[in-house]
Amino acid sequence: MKGILKIAYKLLVNDKGKFAALLVGITFAVFLMVMMTSMFAGILHRASATVVNIGAKVWVMDPAVNTPANSIPMPDYVLDAVRSINGVKYAVPLYSGAGLAKLQNGVYQAVTVIGLDDATLFGRPDLLQGNIEDIYAENSFIVVRDSEYPKLGKPQLGTEFEINDHKGVIVGIAQVSVGSLFGTPTLYTTYNRAIQYIPSMRFTISYIIVEPKSITAVPYIKQQIRSLGYEALTKDEFIRKISTYYKYQTGLGMNVLLMTIISFIVGLSISGQTFYTFILENLEKFGALKAIGAKGSELIYMILFQATFTALTGYGMGIGLAAVIITLAKLRLPSYAAMITFTNLGFAFVMVLIIAAISSYIGVRKVIRIEPFDIFRG
Amino acid sequence: MANLAVKANKLVKWFGEGEAKTYAVRDVSFEACFGEMLYIEGPSGSGKTTLLSIISGILRPNSGTVIVDDEDIWSLTGDQIADFRLNKVGFVFQDYHLFPKLTTVENAAIPLILKKVDWNESLDIAMKYLEIVGIKDRAQLPPVKLSGGEQQRVAIARAIASSPDILIFDEPTASLDGETGRRIVEFVKKEILNEKRCIIIVTHDSRIFEYADRIMKMADGRITGITKGGVCEE
Repeated sequence: MKGILKIAYKLLVNDKGKFAALLVGITFAVFLMVMMTSMFAGILHRASATVVNIGAKVWVMDPAVNTPANSIPMPDYVLDAVRSINGVKYAVPLYSGAGLAKLQNGVYQAVTVIGLDDATLFGRPDLLQGNIEDIYAENSFIVVRDSEYPKLGKPQLGTEFEINDHKGVIVGIAQVSVGSLFGTPTLYTTYNRAIQYIPSMRFTISYIIVEPKSITAVPYIKQQIRSLGYEALTKDEFIRKISTYYKYQTGLGMNVLLMTIISFIVGLSISGQTFYTFILENLEKFGALKAIGAKGSELIYMILFQATFTALTGYGMGIGLAAVIITLAKLRLPSYAAMITFTNLGFAFVMVLIIAAISSYIGVRKVIRIEPFDIFRG
Repeated sequence: MANLAVKANKLVKWFGEGEAKTYAVRDVSFEACFGEMLYIEGPSGSGKTTLLSIISGILRPNSGTVIVDDEDIWSLTGDQIADFRLNKVGFVFQDYHLFPKLTTVENAAIPLILKKVDWNESLDIAMKYLEIVGIKDRAQLPPVKLSGGEQQRVAIARAIASSPDILIFDEPTASLDGETGRRIVEFVKKEILNEKRCIIIVTHDSRIFEYADRIMKMADGRITGITKGGVCEE
């Protein structure tokens, strides 16, 4: 079998024009599919930035909340009720809201403000500069150095600004594992300062973040919180909920899906058509092989090998191209959200296999039907 | 009859059905022997290519038998017939059907590769046959770089590479000028034919008739006579 596959390989790659066209088709399709799904994965990842960065095991929220960006404030008694549930080690409030900063040069800049529990500072970010205790000082804020950081004029320790007509001072520069999605810089402060500085409704707790005594206590905690009319989600469940929201309740998922399908169809059209032409041009040769004594199964192996080899080569090139483009884009645009995940790679791999399968199916049908007698007849 | 290479008996082949039914081969029986060069001659549409296809295991007849090695080849399964073609028959097609994307030596090695002989060994063996047909120095070129006569020789090398008992030539001189055609057939008669091999040639090129041991004439799907030689010698 090795020898006949080598013939198949040589027939394929020595036909440089066709082989190049096949590779271009599949590479292009894989590139588009990976780019689209990677952008979507990046958006989903960043949409969960607050959940990932705070790192709490259990989040309590209003059931109508779909994303951390649109929290629905809860009354204080919920916090007391959560704290009284058996199995809760501790529970603290978290504020998440939007503010308007006025920089020293007079420019206004929207910011995301995260208010950490005053007593515990649970969910605080890793500081690159400054001391965490300074957050208790008057008007103190910690700025996150991420892709949005320059929008605040790259503030240093001691930089002053206004936030919702209150004075603010940078006392720390932090890093977080995931940057925000919406292009706004993030400021951390204490919960009490946040609700004091940012206009809010009667209720002020955006989320209650819970540390359970043990993982086995989580179902009971969730059940008790549900009886209060609220929802408790583990970190992973909350990330899934956010992901589901973006996939199915916004146009984003559908648009990405459509683009991915279009990429698939483009790739299938180009490579399918080219492979079909390749088979047609070699049909007589396959017929000659059949006449000489090649079995039908051997010809099928040849075609499957050619289609698979092309598909996998194109797949590798497409992935490589996407990786290079994403890397270059991130160098130029730090806020570029795309990220290649194993799921994306797996998805593109399956799509490429489908392209190879359909292309080879067409070829196999042709080759199986060719009669060696036609070779004699000329 | 140890000398008998092929025994065709009452072969019938038609194409189409109903009013479109056309007989290509009608009740044809003949024998071909080892050591002979048998020509099947006749005008276009006389059924000689169809007959050639039937006796070489390519086209199934509607009735009749083709006995090779005491076995009716048309009683074999599809894969067994493919093996029969691979091991017993060598083909030289009218248009050669060489692979332009393979080198000359790779083309000649194809039957060996199909027989699952190691790739390098196949090329070594094929090279010996290219030497026999006199184009060893062209071994690494693609067939498109060769002249018509040279391509014919590659096709012959490919046909004999697996040492088949029966060699089938379909209009071997159709694409060649008269002199080259004659030289090729003379070469085949001198160098390729031996007492363990039978060569059957379909042609209507009278310029090469002088090399035939026997010439069987066909018309309208029937054998109408033996115009040279007699019966198959035992």
